Amino acid sequence: MALEDLYQEIILDHYRKPRHPGRLAGADVEVRHYNPVCGDQLTVGVKLDGDKIAGIAVEGVGCSISQAAASVMTEQVIGHTVPVALEASEAFRRLMHGEGEGEPDEEVLGDGVAFAGVAKYPVRIKCALLGWMALKDAAARALAGQGGGETVYDEDEGS
Amino acid sequence: MPNLAIELHDSRVTGIRTEGSDVVLDLDAYDRLLSERTKLVAVSAMSNVLGTINPVPLIAERAHAVGALVLADAAQAVPHLGVTFDELGADFMGFTGHKLLGPMGIGVLVARPELLDSMEPFQTGGEMIRQVTIERATWNDIPWRFEAGTPNVGGAVGLAAAVDYLDAIGMDQVRAHESALTAYALERLAELDGLRLLGPGDVEQQGGVVSFTMAGVHPHDVAQVLDAEGIAVRAGDHCAMPLHTRFGLAASTRVSFSVYSTTDEVDALVTALDKTQRLFA
Repeated sequence: MALEDLYQEIILDHYRKPRHPGRLAGADVEVRHYNPVCGDQLTVGVKLDGDKIAGIAVEGVGCSISQAAASVMTEQVIGHTVPVALEASEAFRRLMHGEGEGEPDEEVLGDGVAFAGVAKYPVRIKCALLGWMALKDAAARALAGQGGGETVYDEDEGS
Repeated sequence: MPNLAIELHDSRVTGIRTEGSDVVLDLDAYDRLLSERTKLVAVSAMSNVLGTINPVPLIAERAHAVGALVLADAAQAVPHLGVTFDELGADFMGFTGHKLLGPMGIGVLVARPELLDSMEPFQTGGEMIRQVTIERATWNDIPWRFEAGTPNVGGAVGLAAAVDYLDAIGMDQVRAHESALTAYALERLAELDGLRLLGPGDVEQQGGVVSFTMAGVHPHDVAQVLDAEGIAVRAGDHCAMPLHTRFGLAASTRVSFSVYSTTDEVDALVTALDKTQRLFA
């Protein structure tokens, strides 16, 4: 398994230049997800317009996989409805677990297809999923009119 | 977590501060903390992150002067420095098989016999009892009083074999070998700009462990690139989260040496770290 399969240029690019960085002004909900095992953390803010994700931003610290995957996530969901975003989330989850036949769907996953190599490194799967987990959490809370929150992962959660 | 365990028993835990660059204990601060109310001083004989060798005999002497007992965590020290319980001066000393070239799931608590004999068991089960009726039980002698349940026999046999192996080499030799490697590693790692070495940086005070961070690259990414080059390191907080918080870090990368490590491997490490820096530049 060559390193290039994991650290593709797209991933390094998202890591160096996240697409929607920082805190979202006027966010409906902000959630902070933190993996204490490795120190990856993300604060994801979302603003909804009906059930459409009108605004999203991620402020984070952590490994290249976690930060890059979160950046890709923001690019994939902004301007889409929550159901469509959740479909993308599920497609990404399947990619991480090596499920599904044939080529990953670039329509649904966008730059997320570059993360296909992560499936071969179980230790990094949680890193790649962190941003999507935070999105699902934030979107659910926003739709339900709830406030923000913080989630800390323990050894057995996630993936 | 020892801190939390002690809180449950309604005692207070205070940490001994570090001084200067935060890689050695501040012994003046320690003296100020000690009082007749101090019951137990728990100290690491050698840091598994910084490699710092703590002056346990001195710490123990001062603790005993105020009537406190001393627990030394010698998990890193026993396999890498060589330790004699009596010379260490602590009242209790713990270490683990998996750092000693032995199996996981087995460890040792060494204690002064009269102390152990005065203590009640914290775990019940087979072997630790003498007589059992429906209403009560009496306890076995030490050490069996503290070895409840079906033992990890395979682990114990493996641990004994590991101890014999290191004994045959001689702990003086082990330490000399690792010390030379550490000195070489510190020298070679200094060639890489962008590496921040944690720890004393001097082999008199630092055992065979070198932890560092790399500017702009998360330890997990460092470990990933090194892995692709056939080099195994540990990345994370190394079960020392408060220490990392003190340094303003979430995680670091750790290199550790053993009897089988070589200078060629240190060279390979430096080449791989350079490659890592270029990849993420």
